[in-house]
Amino acid sequence: MTELAPPPQSTGCRNAPILKQRGQREVFCGLTGIIWLHRKMQDAFFLVVGSRTCAHLLQSAAGVMIFAEPRFGTAILEETDLAGLADAQLELDRVVDELLARRPDIRQLFLVGSCPSEVIKLDLARAAERMTERHAPSVRVLNFSGSGIETTFTQGEDACLASMVPVLPATDERQLLLVGALPDVVEEQALSLLAQMGVSARVLPAPRADSDLGIGENTLFALTQPFLGDTHAALERRGARHIPAPFPFGEEGTTAWLRAIGHEFGVDEDIFARATEAPRARARKAIAQASDALRGKSIFFFPDSQLEIPLARFLTRECGMEAVEVGAPFIHKGIVGPDLDLLPEVPTLSEGQDVDLQLDRCRAARPDLTVCGLGLANPLEAEGLATKWAIELVFTPVHFYEQAGDLAGLFSRPIRRADMLALDGSAASPGQKYPGGLGSGPHAGRP
Amino acid sequence: MKLTVWTYEGPPHVGAMRVATGMKGLHYVLHAPQGDTYADLLFTMIERRDHRPPVTYTTFQARDLGSDTADLFKKTLQDTYERFQPEALIVGASCTAELIQDDPGGMAENIGLPVPTIPLELPSYQRKENFGADETFFQIVKALARPAERTAQISANLIGPTALGFRHRDDITEVITLLSDMGISVNVVAPMTASPSDIARMGAAHFNVLMYPETAESAARWMERELGQPYTKTVPIGVGATRDFVAEVAKIAEVAPYLDESRLRLPWYSKSVDSTYLTGKRVFIFGDGTHAMAAARVARDEMGFEVVGLGCYNRELARSLRKLAKAYGVEATITDDYLEVERVIEALQPEMILGTQMERHIGKRLGIPCAVISAPVHVQDFPARYSPQMGIEGANVLFDTWVHPLVMGLEEHLLHMFRDDFEFHDAAGPSHHGGHAPAARGDGGAAPRPAASPRDISDPEKTGSEVGGDVIWLSDAEKELKKIPFFVRGKARRNTETFATMKGVSEISVDTLYEAKAHYAR
Repeated sequence: MTELAPPPQSTGCRNAPILKQRGQREVFCGLTGIIWLHRKMQDAFFLVVGSRTCAHLLQSAAGVMIFAEPRFGTAILEETDLAGLADAQLELDRVVDELLARRPDIRQLFLVGSCPSEVIKLDLARAAERMTERHAPSVRVLNFSGSGIETTFTQGEDACLASMVPVLPATDERQLLLVGALPDVVEEQALSLLAQMGVSARVLPAPRADSDLGIGENTLFALTQPFLGDTHAALERRGARHIPAPFPFGEEGTTAWLRAIGHEFGVDEDIFARATEAPRARARKAIAQASDALRGKSIFFFPDSQLEIPLARFLTRECGMEAVEVGAPFIHKGIVGPDLDLLPEVPTLSEGQDVDLQLDRCRAARPDLTVCGLGLANPLEAEGLATKWAIELVFTPVHFYEQAGDLAGLFSRPIRRADMLALDGSAASPGQKYPGGLGSGPHAGRP
Repeated sequence: MKLTVWTYEGPPHVGAMRVATGMKGLHYVLHAPQGDTYADLLFTMIERRDHRPPVTYTTFQARDLGSDTADLFKKTLQDTYERFQPEALIVGASCTAELIQDDPGGMAENIGLPVPTIPLELPSYQRKENFGADETFFQIVKALARPAERTAQISANLIGPTALGFRHRDDITEVITLLSDMGISVNVVAPMTASPSDIARMGAAHFNVLMYPETAESAARWMERELGQPYTKTVPIGVGATRDFVAEVAKIAEVAPYLDESRLRLPWYSKSVDSTYLTGKRVFIFGDGTHAMAAARVARDEMGFEVVGLGCYNRELARSLRKLAKAYGVEATITDDYLEVERVIEALQPEMILGTQMERHIGKRLGIPCAVISAPVHVQDFPARYSPQMGIEGANVLFDTWVHPLVMGLEEHLLHMFRDDFEFHDAAGPSHHGGHAPAARGDGGAAPRPAASPRDISDPEKTGSEVGGDVIWLSDAEKELKKIPFFVRGKARRNTETFATMKGVSEISVDTLYEAKAHYAR
């Protein structure tokens, strides 16, 4: 193998101090994960037990991102459910019966807890057990919480996958399990790379419930997403063992991730080299092209998906960016530790947030690129700060070698665009208090 | 408990946000968990606002429950006041905070901030977004507006426009023009554009223009009672309604009616020969009550369509909509259940839908063209260009918007004549839509790419042939049916089946088809 990325200037960030502030958070709740999970698991339906707000969130998040055939819905709690006039469990049975009668193709039903259902302590675990018995063997009913009082954005996927682990059958087979919902094309690439290394792997979540995936003490697992802390714990409880590694973003991350697996499965260095050499070279070339606009530029991460630390590692080490602040909703060192080891020192590493104070820091730093949620992006753009919406990072194929250039491209595009546009005072005039303005009507043409 | 796939309205606190975000100098402190902050994106992404909504959320977590959520609210309120220094605050709870009963209003009163702090009681498990907006605006007006000496020049307040409203931005401009042409000045536009101090001087206007009953009717009634200001009942959407509005304003303001129609194009466009093909197009109308009712009048009287169904999702306007539907001789569909609306549309088989973004999806699935006339909104509903619904330009916009999805006049005939042309065949849809033509299928039945309905993956796809109730299509008749252009095929199928049932015929032959055609000829 040729030139490895330069070693970190220090020992990395694993033991760096973490800024923790408590104030308003500006993040999605875990329900949002349903938007991609329902596409991934093709025979699953996600029934949120919650309020109109939950339904509106799913619709609004989906409206911005996709608007296709949904396999999710909301059982909206009404006044009578709260006042105890209707037994909520009976009501839920009724709604689920109605749903399953209409959709006989459903094999897995997830009852998804929300803020209101958690607060009124509606026992969805009990409901799921009862319904599994009632609808066996055609439908398996599981439950998890996507509530905003317990989960942040991608933690919803974590809670969902963790709920599937206890019901997986036991197996003693020595096997590799890849954990995390990936776009199909990316998942296939990963499996093919591993196959060339002589390692066969299974994936969680499987596209369908009837796959014969089992788990046991001879199962080794590699995470493909950094937000899977509970799933990690659930798998360890079943005796499976985690293969810690940097996450497979960029050429370096992917190589390190594959190497960690190769090491566990005794893959010969020559075989490893043969399997990875060509895609590594392609990835390096693609990154080099896409990251031209990124070199020497500063980046600021607001907390969002927990992808922040691995991405900061990729952007600083492989694209030549300089991180000003890396904020994450949670920092689980057992999972992102290997990425932290590689991450050059950053001025601020933060966990959780007080969004107003963080915005103050961001405005003071005036980074070249800010990674943030949809609620903050346009307001920051209007202040002349280029932004990248974080949500795109969980919706776009960005893992492994063949997407490494695309990943760099996601970050370079806003910067290139800001350079390209030749609009007079292209930053929207900050004085304007609402779009359009009273004075902006079609006065031309008026007599 | 109610199973819901898509919703027409958000929760009531989103209505409150629409009011707060439209205003200046007002801040909303919302007791809510972190997930509720998603609502910011409605404004920053869908409406492309360049500022964060003036809303601070307490974002309490599970571990705060039962211990210090109340303290968290108090601290958030204090910090928010210090940071943003608003002229006034509104405080309230979202659905989850409503359950923990911390009483934000009471706490705010105890803190005693030096600016007006207005408590909101928005029952999340009973009411919805429009109620939330209407109630919030009402509470703000009630708290701040005081009787005042009338302005020397006759003036009006425009009330109802909010953030995230369907074309509210441009309607304001259009209504201001209508009034100023009559020598009437605008005192305050609210909630959109107004600050709390503007609200305080609303009493100086001579009357109110109620632009959107959905969001400002309660305030209009209160101001009529307490400030002695009459308000307009006509919503100026369409030519006739705009003329009526001008007459109503003239009467209230005691000025001569005047309407500059020099830029009005709808009447001539509608009379011009190319529009002949619009005659009797069967349209189904659904939206918020105000826009749906206005659309019904325009559709029938100004476009020459036949209104075959009319409905709204907000029960607040159910009564007046029912009355109008009766006058149009159609069934009123009052529901917020998207699947029910879909069933009604499927049964009616209209040639066009005037609806919301949700009906646009139903139309896509069923291969029926749709023009959007009402909220709920989508990023497309905030066009860069000037595109009002109200007044003179609004009428012009309606003509263009409603005609655009349809197959154009002569094209209808060409499709009929050259239906087997490989490029110009009927399944391709209107030629001016290029590759994005509605995916109409041969029999006018379900479209091949289903969207947005739980039934989509469960129902076996309709066979589309043979069965129509108890009536059977003979294969010759079925073949003949396929020769009819797709945009009328669904109707032809349905009419023929109805005709056959009526005649007690159990098999449909080519003759039955043409007898039915003659029967329904218009």
